[in-house]
Amino acid sequence: MTDTNPAPQNGAPPSIPTVAGLSSASTLGDYFNNWIVRVRAGDTGALPVIAGLIILAVIFQSLNGNFLTAGNLVNLMVQGSVYMLFSLGMIFILLLGEIDLSIGFIGGVAGVVMALLVYGDHGYPWFVGVGAGLLCGAAIGFLNGFIITSIGLPAFIVTLAGLLAWNGVMLIILGNGGTIPINDGMVVNLANGLLDPMWGWIVGAVLVVLICGDMILSARRRKHSSEPTSVLILKIVGIVVAAVVVIALCNVNRGRGAIAIQGVPWVLLIVFGFAALWTIVLKRTKFGTYVYAIGGNAEAARRAGIAVNRIRIIVFSIAGFMGGVAGLIYASRLRSVSTNLDGGTLVLYCIAAAVIGGTSLFGGRGKAISAILGGLVIASIDNGMGLLGLSAAARYVVTGIVLIIAVTIDALASRGRASSGLG
Amino acid sequence: MADTPLLELRGVKKHFAAVEVLRGVNMTVRAGQVTALVGDNGAGKSTLIKCLAGIYQLDGGSIVWEGKDVSVANPKAASALGIEFVYQDLALANNLDIVQNMFLGRERTRGVFLDDESMDDLARETLAGLNVTTIKSIRQQVASLSGGQRQSVAVAKAVMWNSKLVVLDEPTAALGVAQTAQVLALVRRLADRGLAVIIISHNLEDVLKVADSIAILRLGVLVAQPDKTEVSSGELVELITTGRSGTRFPGTPAQPAAPAAHHI
Repeated sequence: MTDTNPAPQNGAPPSIPTVAGLSSASTLGDYFNNWIVRVRAGDTGALPVIAGLIILAVIFQSLNGNFLTAGNLVNLMVQGSVYMLFSLGMIFILLLGEIDLSIGFIGGVAGVVMALLVYGDHGYPWFVGVGAGLLCGAAIGFLNGFIITSIGLPAFIVTLAGLLAWNGVMLIILGNGGTIPINDGMVVNLANGLLDPMWGWIVGAVLVVLICGDMILSARRRKHSSEPTSVLILKIVGIVVAAVVVIALCNVNRGRGAIAIQGVPWVLLIVFGFAALWTIVLKRTKFGTYVYAIGGNAEAARRAGIAVNRIRIIVFSIAGFMGGVAGLIYASRLRSVSTNLDGGTLVLYCIAAAVIGGTSLFGGRGKAISAILGGLVIASIDNGMGLLGLSAAARYVVTGIVLIIAVTIDALASRGRASSGLG
Repeated sequence: MADTPLLELRGVKKHFAAVEVLRGVNMTVRAGQVTALVGDNGAGKSTLIKCLAGIYQLDGGSIVWEGKDVSVANPKAASALGIEFVYQDLALANNLDIVQNMFLGRERTRGVFLDDESMDDLARETLAGLNVTTIKSIRQQVASLSGGQRQSVAVAKAVMWNSKLVVLDEPTAALGVAQTAQVLALVRRLADRGLAVIIISHNLEDVLKVADSIAILRLGVLVAQPDKTEVSSGELVELITTGRSGTRFPGTPAQPAAPAAHHI
């Protein structure tokens, strides 16, 4: 055998040997063209969900002029934050190709634990309550993962049992129709607190510098950059503009009366912080790679020496932890925990958010950011239809339809990916 | 026989309950050579390879690696010796990119973060060293690769770790003509770089093209291991099916199947 030039693959031109040169885009135009090709081939990324958000905004704004006001948009983001936080946990599970039906009531239990601890004049300080709630969430997640991996039961069944059992536990603690109010200022502020406008700008500036600095540094380290400098600059400009818009929106006075209500809600920072944390974990650590690997081909991961079951247990613990975070925010927003919490609906909403945001139910595909985008879609529907005075029933119907549309777009796109070999 | 073979199997035996799968296999693998392992279904090829991989433990005989008796207790021990395996299903994760797949389970890190730059460099170097030239970007998903390219990635993954012996299980089974040629050329290059290669294949045409030495396994016994130049394809077929061919290859008489039965 001689080293004859190997035959072309997939009808690609046989010439250019290009291990070194990436399918490189040296100019902005090339980059844009590559992107168009990718989208055409079904690698749509966040495009459908962003288009969806724009469509929803246009529809709701045309039906009710209040939709696109600063006050409502901030309200919408805060409403969405609970879904986003739940969804951030759920995405880890979905990446493995598993499901966690119990995550809603994990949040419920975490909220109850927190509320019990900080309740009354002699309650524990807020950080004890919050810490215990989060620990509870993580522990329940760990238990889920442990049962699933050690006995080899399907996650669907184990977490379905969890959904029932933890709902029961919550009801037992709260008693029939019981409610525990939350008066601790710090805990209430988690979902309701606002940053001083000045601080909003400062925090925003710091975050923008951190993100952009990281982008520039990693672009410099890479000898074989996959994108031209102009794209990097455009991205940075985009980030700056987005940050300015969001902070400016939040700093508009939303108050109707004499008291000014303005500033960036704390909860947005919490959501952003977790989204950033999990993005880094998924993209930049071994653990993240292993999560994708297990979701893509568990057998390959096992043969590569990855402790598959340990990773799965950690993932369920992370999901439990995020369920706890979301549950605390939920409780904080309502300033109480009560038996009204519907963990079942929350689970379905957060799965819907993840899927609408572009996470696959079959494992191996998805990003932390899809929780944010999907959560925004769900919150927009909720909020917009609320503005129109439509019933909860109508919202369910519309949310269901949007979910079907999102999955359909994804299915069509992945057919495109398959036929163009983009996977 | 001046030089020590890289790997020698001496009287390797393996049985599952009463079924004797390997009945004393003797085989020699040399560095810089492609050794083909052929045989009909059920001849024991997979079992033999799994013994080498440390997935199964021997019931008898020995594995001699670079002149020394070794035991391969588990897959990690095989890697430690410098033996890497490319299984038929390739064990690649389609949703990961090429670099991620090549380093899966052995990622390089800087602190807690992945050291993508250095992994990129080594992956690129390895692929270039194997003359794998049809891959556009090493950061493209494996799902977007053709069968031959995937095979190349799997092979590159195996050789990246300073391995001395690469075992390929049916590398061309699922490939078309052009891609088969590409993969066989790659196999040849591995041997030319001084690695030992064991290739398991049903396709005698491929075997005759690429192998230096052909080990024929039949019913758990290695019936012959001629050099490629010494054997015709007709003789190969005869050896595979009947265990002997004329007077030149009288075959190895199968040892009596009794012992295993006595153990139980």
